[in-house]
Amino acid sequence: MTDLIQSLVDGVALGSLYALAALGIGLVFGVMRLINFAYGEVITAAAYTLLLTKDLNVGLRILLAVAVAVALSLVMEFVFRPLRVATPATMLITTFAVSFLLQNVAVLWFGTQGESIGFLSDLNRAFEIGGIRIRWITLVSILVGGAFLAAIAYLLDRTDIGLQMRAAASDFTTARLLGVRATRVIIFAFILSGVLAAVVAMMLAVQRPLATPTFGFFVVIPALVGVVVGGLDRLLSATIGGFVIGFATVMLSDLLPSQSRVFLNSVLFGLVIVVLLVKPNGLFLRGAATAERL
Amino acid sequence: MAARRAWELIGPVLLVAAVGFVGSLTSGSMEFQFRSVLVIATIVVALHVFVGNSGVISFGHVSFVVLGAIAAGVATTPAEIKARSLSELFPFLLDLQLSNIESLVLAAVLGGVFAFLVGVPIMRLSGLQAGIATFAVIIITNNVFRNWDRIGPAARALGPIPETTGFLQATIGLVLVIVVAYGYQRTRMARMLRAAREDPAAAQSSGVNIYRQRLLAFTLSGAMAGLSGGLLAHLLGSVTTEVVFLDLTFITLAMLVVGGIGSLWGAVVGALSIAGLNAFLAEAEREVGVFGFDIDLPSGTRLVVLGIIMAAVLLFRPSGLTGGRELSWPFARRGRVAPGG
Repeated sequence: MTDLIQSLVDGVALGSLYALAALGIGLVFGVMRLINFAYGEVITAAAYTLLLTKDLNVGLRILLAVAVAVALSLVMEFVFRPLRVATPATMLITTFAVSFLLQNVAVLWFGTQGESIGFLSDLNRAFEIGGIRIRWITLVSILVGGAFLAAIAYLLDRTDIGLQMRAAASDFTTARLLGVRATRVIIFAFILSGVLAAVVAMMLAVQRPLATPTFGFFVVIPALVGVVVGGLDRLLSATIGGFVIGFATVMLSDLLPSQSRVFLNSVLFGLVIVVLLVKPNGLFLRGAATAERL
Repeated sequence: MAARRAWELIGPVLLVAAVGFVGSLTSGSMEFQFRSVLVIATIVVALHVFVGNSGVISFGHVSFVVLGAIAAGVATTPAEIKARSLSELFPFLLDLQLSNIESLVLAAVLGGVFAFLVGVPIMRLSGLQAGIATFAVIIITNNVFRNWDRIGPAARALGPIPETTGFLQATIGLVLVIVVAYGYQRTRMARMLRAAREDPAAAQSSGVNIYRQRLLAFTLSGAMAGLSGGLLAHLLGSVTTEVVFLDLTFITLAMLVVGGIGSLWGAVVGALSIAGLNAFLAEAEREVGVFGFDIDLPSGTRLVVLGIIMAAVLLFRPSGLTGGRELSWPFARRGRVAPGG
């Protein structure tokens, strides 16, 4: 029983991390129909910023990591402008090329070995409640994840720019016709997703303190899968999708017998294929409005 | 008119033959670079058969390449070496000994069968969903090959595999794949698939079974990818699962897009130019080492330059170098544009 609760807690923690990344991807997708593979490199950039600012105090490091992530995100927005009129295939592969490029810049700059970030590592200590060991970072992940999700939900629900973003996400052309400023909304989406990337990087840096060129890539891949599995057309479903992937990863790895644990990815991605076949428009989209597309 | 049509095939073949010929005049590491350009182009043409005709992005084709490479490798690695270093293999795999050509056929057959089995469920999907599903396939394939030591080398390197992919074989392999791709493109089935690419609803209402046509193209393309995996194994002489994984997936896709999705000519041009550039940069890096300026020049330089060029082409010429059109007859009168196929 305690094992199960332990797994649940860990699952919620990883789930909220992936949910944040999924939200970052979903925000940009909503306004631009762009799946940004290079989002992982924004996370990586924030992680390297934490590494390079090792000697500064924590507040400053957080600030700089956010600043770098937002700046890189804005550069991407500018670079991806020609893609607004491109085909989905070109969009997908261009962002991949950018991701590939940035990863290799990181290899050139820092090497592939990985360096210890050393960020708030005290949070890895655990406290115990009723036989369950909970690391502080787990609690912090859940709280910070929940807080950011709530903040963004508030922003989307209660502010003008949020309303415009939701309008743009559900029908971009009509939104523009009704006076939504496309570029402004897109820039705003990129800024938000940059902030989220920095948050993900910080949560992750505590638990996996090794900054490598693929630091963010291997977060974004499952998050991306979660976004598509959950349903791209709504931010909520995309975010839940991210959460479910994180949660399922932890649950599966705890449920599988230890010798078959190496096949965790096969089981997880096999389930992804099944979900896509059964509900191609997303697991959490009710009454999907989009017709079966071929 | 026939000459113009045939030019769509003869053009790429001549280009490939020229690359093969020039390459065979070089030696040492440059010679190896030329051969790898040819083999990578084979993968890209295989990918084109599905992606180009169907318009669906597949991230999964490297699964068929890795299966072909490991199958060809296991079938040709000397039995006594297998017994020593890969003793966990299934007994029939330990005993399996094939000639070079047989191993390539095996690679192609397995690639095709695997693609068919994967395609039966997945070809029902389209767009982003199909992309993610094929991505799941490559993740699963890699995961299984990396951890199941009864069917392959798992986390170790497989080899020594006889390095039989010389210039003649690499060139013939690529030409063969181009001829098959062209032959398929001219069939009624491929036309139906391209119709579905342009307008799924219209194609469907004209009686095109999109699922069946996609599955067919996917299977054919998988067999060709399997073959190129076999060629790759015999080129490298040793295979690990990591060599044939995500980097290769994205580089080959990028080559296809840089050349221009939708045409055979685009696939060949994209593959030869990017792979050629890659080979050139690799040589340039080595050269610097030779003159002793900087022995430890990070190997990332090449990939950074490559990434910049790929991203630039995609951003500023999104329809690719060829615009997705077939090579047109160079002596055509003006005003008469041959349809892109």
